[in-house]
Amino acid sequence: MLRAVDLKAVRPYADHLDDGLVQLSFTLPVSYSLAARKAALELAAKMGFEEPEVVHYEQLTDGYTYFVMYGRCAQTIDFTTLQETGFDIEYLGEDEIERFAAEHVGRPIVVVGASTGSDTHSVGIDAMLNLKGYHGHHGLEGYRSFKTYNLGSQVPNGVLLAKAIEVGADAILVSQTVTQQNLHVHNLTELVEMVEAEGKRREMILACGGPRVTNELAKELGYDAGFSKGTYPNHLATFLVRELAARSSAPAPA
Amino acid sequence: MKSKLDLDHGVVAACRQAARQITDDVIKRIDGHTTVSVERSVTRLLGVDGANDLDVPLPNVLVDHVHDGGGLGRGIAHWLGNAMLHTGRTPQQIAEAVSAGELDLLSLASSLEGEHADEGAASNGLGAVTAIQERVASECAQRLQGINARFDERRAMRERLGETPTPLRYVLTATGDVYEDVVHAKAVAQAGGDIVAVIRSTAQSLLDYVPYGPTTEGYGGTFATQANFRIMREAMDEWSEQHGRYVRLSSFCSGLCMSEIAAMGAWEGFDNMVNDALYGILYRDINIVRGLIDQRISRMINGYFGVTINTGEDNYLRTADALEAAPSVTASQFVNYELACASGVPDAQIALGDAFEIDVPVKNGLLYEWAQAQLTRELFPDCPVKYMPPTRHMDGNLFRTHAADTLFNLVTIATGQGIQTIGVPTEGIFTPHIHDRVLGLQNVDYVFNAAHDLGEEIEFKRGGIVQTHAQKVLAGAHELLERIAQTGLLEAIADATFGDVSRKEDEGRGMEGIVETDEDYFNPLTDLMRESTYA
Repeated sequence: MLRAVDLKAVRPYADHLDDGLVQLSFTLPVSYSLAARKAALELAAKMGFEEPEVVHYEQLTDGYTYFVMYGRCAQTIDFTTLQETGFDIEYLGEDEIERFAAEHVGRPIVVVGASTGSDTHSVGIDAMLNLKGYHGHHGLEGYRSFKTYNLGSQVPNGVLLAKAIEVGADAILVSQTVTQQNLHVHNLTELVEMVEAEGKRREMILACGGPRVTNELAKELGYDAGFSKGTYPNHLATFLVRELAARSSAPAPA
Repeated sequence: MKSKLDLDHGVVAACRQAARQITDDVIKRIDGHTTVSVERSVTRLLGVDGANDLDVPLPNVLVDHVHDGGGLGRGIAHWLGNAMLHTGRTPQQIAEAVSAGELDLLSLASSLEGEHADEGAASNGLGAVTAIQERVASECAQRLQGINARFDERRAMRERLGETPTPLRYVLTATGDVYEDVVHAKAVAQAGGDIVAVIRSTAQSLLDYVPYGPTTEGYGGTFATQANFRIMREAMDEWSEQHGRYVRLSSFCSGLCMSEIAAMGAWEGFDNMVNDALYGILYRDINIVRGLIDQRISRMINGYFGVTINTGEDNYLRTADALEAAPSVTASQFVNYELACASGVPDAQIALGDAFEIDVPVKNGLLYEWAQAQLTRELFPDCPVKYMPPTRHMDGNLFRTHAADTLFNLVTIATGQGIQTIGVPTEGIFTPHIHDRVLGLQNVDYVFNAAHDLGEEIEFKRGGIVQTHAQKVLAGAHELLERIAQTGLLEAIADATFGDVSRKEDEGRGMEGIVETDEDYFNPLTDLMRESTYA
């Protein structure tokens, strides 16, 4: 009879329950040699793999050797503690977002974005907004349900806000890549203050993103959400359509 | 090459005719304009290099100085030539003096005409202008000769060491640090790579200047700078000599500095360049007119110095559906080909873009890919074509990607593409690691060898899936080209004809860098290159 999985001690499965076999591949910056092979084996042992085995290794160029290895993982994970933590965040895919927006918003969602202040990096905002997107995920420009304005980099907060008001933006996106001496915090705070001074804070969703931006930081600074590394345009789009749907179904504040 | 697709030659001829009409119209629309980057490439080819204390490159200092003074409509060469005559300094020394605020090129002009009048050598403005033009044209001719001599040496080296027969394996590196790129380049050369292309940092295409010096920090790539070009070239020349096989280098004439990068690449001995304004226009929102003017001069420089250009049709398939967009790829190839010809690029240096991007679950997807790849070869038999691997539908399952790349490699060898960008299993996960590229090359090796003469053995069933698809794509391209010939290319781009993206003539980045040329505009570089190309 098939043995039951002990969910309190789960380990990798390859061929038999609890064999723990893991495939590894990596390059070491050392010359192709028996010593290199030994180094890979010892490294795997240090990583905690039992019975490590090099199944293939070859020279890439002088001083660099590539390894494919297997090893037995001795560690286990208590899966029972993880099932209850609401670990899975459900992002919608592109088609689902389009359907959701059509159903719950029913008009193009206007989004204005920029990399603000002195920041010359448009890579983040381009990844989110431009059609080309990032890693094969379209930016919002490629969605039927979004109308986007990407103002590019080095945009003063005032210019960004003026454009957002001009086109009746539902959301403003700010990207901040340069974070030396907390420059991003200053830039981000200034925008919130300007939006509030214009009396537009309730009308617009404010979101920011960047390698050093977190959702916690964004909320602290007065934004509705913050996005960090690993964010794809559909993550942002999921947030925007859900937030807009929630706002349009909620009674207007008195 | 015997046609395997039973194409209607009348339709092919009509496509070419429409593409020529579109090209003539584009040239009419951009004639009478130059751009700040075109003018900067003139200064670069006159030997201006370096940057000031604020890291502003001297070509920018010089061109901005004249542009701000409203004089760029005459061409930077006019003002430089004038200053050379007046001061006896070299273009580099003049740029340094302008940067230091010691020299105002625009206020020098009137004094020159006065002096020459005194000497009687040129008793009117026209005579002075002739003297200026002769001075700067001879400087320019000398520089071009110098670069030509370097190119001849390189061609001799290429012939002496030898290259792999086509398809050439084009491999990227993109570490962000030029010294790490050298390590990756050596590894891919060792695994059979024929062309190494250092991907540029993502932000570079929108910089209206070329950064100066070696760089070790980039995002998703390494900045294209002249110093980085030199470091890569020296390392690859050394590898080529040691291993007896010539490895080519490629970079990117794209973004806002297309023609400047062409000039830098010519000097540093680069063999290939991605050269397609449409990429920047569609995907980086660069103004259409700016892009097309820059592309025209950029291709002229590439063509003149024997550099193979790669166009970017493959990108449309990353943003639009590969089957639906197939006719737009073929149509764009016709137009890109004519635009390259109009810049004097010979067929053997025009590597038109194509890609293997049909979604994986499509039934008979391989047959459609095969039809499209064969079609490109038959339409442009003397062009090398640059065939790109699947990327759009690669989802992080590297083993599936490796399998898809195997089919891609099979189509490449069987249809005899000139250049193949190799597929890498970790496509769509991150910037591939050093061993991922080697694994990709090993797959290429295996398939190219195992199916080496497959193309010679194969004929397609008359009226079968492959022939029918190719004919349908060609018919679609023809319809599209006729429509574009009616409306014009700029309007077609505004109508989202390519890659599902719409860009308008009066929008986009870099527009402020377009300059209307005066009656007496002078550009010795394009004059000399045209002379020799069309002589």
